[in-house]
Amino acid sequence: MKPAPFGYRRPGSLAEALTAYADASDAKIGAGGQSLIPLLSMRLASVAELIDINGIEELSRITVSEDGVRFGATVRHSDLLAHEQVAAVQPMIPAALHHVAHATIRNRGTTVGSIVHADASGEMPTVFALLDGRLTVQSVRGTRELAAPELFIGPLETSLAADEIATEVFLPALAPRHGVAFDEIARRHGDYALVGVGAVVGLDADGAIASVRAGYVSVSEVPTVVDLGEPLVGHRGEITDDALRAAGELALSHLEPEADIHATAHYRAQLVRVLTGRVVRAAYDDAVARSNRSEGTPSNARS
Amino acid sequence: MPAPELTDVTLTVNGVQHEITVEPRRLLSDALRHDLGLTGTHVGCEHGVCGACTVLVDGKPTRACLMFAVAAQDYAITTVEGLTRPDGSLSPVQQAFKDCHGLQCGFCTPGFLTTVAAGIEENPDPTEDEARDMIAGNLCRCTGYQNIVASVLRAAELQAGESEESA
Ligand SMILES: Cc1cc2nc3c(=O)[nH]c(=O)nc-3n(C[C@H](O)[C@H](O)[C@H](O)COP(=O)(O)OP(=O)(O)OC[C@H]3O[C@@H](n4cnc5c(N)ncnc54)[C@H](O)[C@@H]3O)c2cc1C
Ligand code: FES
Ligand code: FES
Repeated sequence: MKPAPFGYRRPGSLAEALTAYADASDAKIGAGGQSLIPLLSMRLASVAELIDINGIEELSRITVSEDGVRFGATVRHSDLLAHEQVAAVQPMIPAALHHVAHATIRNRGTTVGSIVHADASGEMPTVFALLDGRLTVQSVRGTRELAAPELFIGPLETSLAADEIATEVFLPALAPRHGVAFDEIARRHGDYALVGVGAVVGLDADGAIASVRAGYVSVSEVPTVVDLGEPLVGHRGEITDDALRAAGELALSHLEPEADIHATAHYRAQLVRVLTGRVVRAAYDDAVARSNRSEGTPSNARS
Repeated sequence: MPAPELTDVTLTVNGVQHEITVEPRRLLSDALRHDLGLTGTHVGCEHGVCGACTVLVDGKPTRACLMFAVAAQDYAITTVEGLTRPDGSLSPVQQAFKDCHGLQCGFCTPGFLTTVAAGIEENPDPTEDEARDMIAGNLCRCTGYQNIVASVLRAAELQAGESEESA
């Protein structure tokens, strides 16, 4: 199938793109095209004018500071995944990106495009919510910053106005004494997840669990983050299976696993239980390892 | 109905510049096949899933069915035709697929060849697991993949042998 005819603009600056987008009716922004072009080709979407933002130099930057990672709207999944400083400052980014599609799709698809596409089966919208990311959107009317609760308003639906372009995303650095993990079950590596889970675990000064948050992929209508602190806060040493089971049940009470051709609702619920336990434990181990490293354990001090 | 908008497009494919006039909705895969006659690039699913249309965009494997020709002008594109040596001999990846029976009907093959050519540039000595990972985004309905995995490993060997010779 081929897309229906449309007009094409490739502005060279953001200012030009904002004006073109404000003046056009029924226009869409094209970034990596890895979600938009299939929809156009299958004629599930149509557009009078396509505004291609890939020629806008200022949108292609990645900046890393100790506060976090900032990346523009044409930064590819593969650029972020290969960036060593990004991994050092916020290890959740590569942990999750590794599961986004196949390498070939990641070479073209953008992470900002993925977040504003707002697919609750995508990894990065959930990571954006889990890490309390901020999205900058601009229009000829001005600039605003959005967090996940304001951005994701329905399945594949955001609060962006018809003239607003997402320009960049900021994801905060991993805080001290915190650890992360991400895992998912898919039919094949690179396919959309049947269920995916990312977790961030924080420890207090004595090494006991102080906070646990988990983000879920493919088991809700909008990217969903659940606070799993209640059954886990205060634990030290090996987390018990009972506590992890309770965390899985707590997560399920906030999610709506549904059946489709890939999996039954029952199976998805089971994956939520299994993955919650696995990922929370891995994030806790990561937090312990990071705390030890930064405080310099006796064994480190000797070597 | 108004006449569809047409636009002049310059594509750089396998080192050669081509001027074509197409609608903005022209997919890169169709421009390569229909406008340039480079029918080595195959089209299966036309929505990014099968990998048959994979070409190299500035050296990186990319779906030609998920790019518009008009948006591909800033890049150097390599199709399967461009993998062959100037003297017409086969590149290590092509030779390896031939030697290891890495193809049967051949429909999927151009996408595998481009993907693996870039893959062994990036990782010249893949393990069997890494070879499987390299081709995970490409579908083949014939071979059962075993011989394709063998071809990836053989291609890496051939390439390493060549770079030793030239060193
Ligand atoms: C075979 C295949 C498998 C995939 N598997 C996965 C997977 O497992 N997990 C996953 O998360 N994704 C997957 N994807 C999708 C991929 O990650 C896309 O890259 C991503 O969803 C969209 O990014 P894009 O840059 O391609 O956006 P586009 O396709 O260009 O745009 C998507 C939508 O967002 C809008 N948009 C994009 N950028 C902006 C902007 N800056 N401002 C305003 N609006 C904008 C567009 O108008 C469009 O509506 C897969 C895609 C394919 C083809
Ligand atoms: S034809 Fe492009 S991926 Fe199938
Ligand atoms: S050889 Fe026939 S599809 Fe791969």
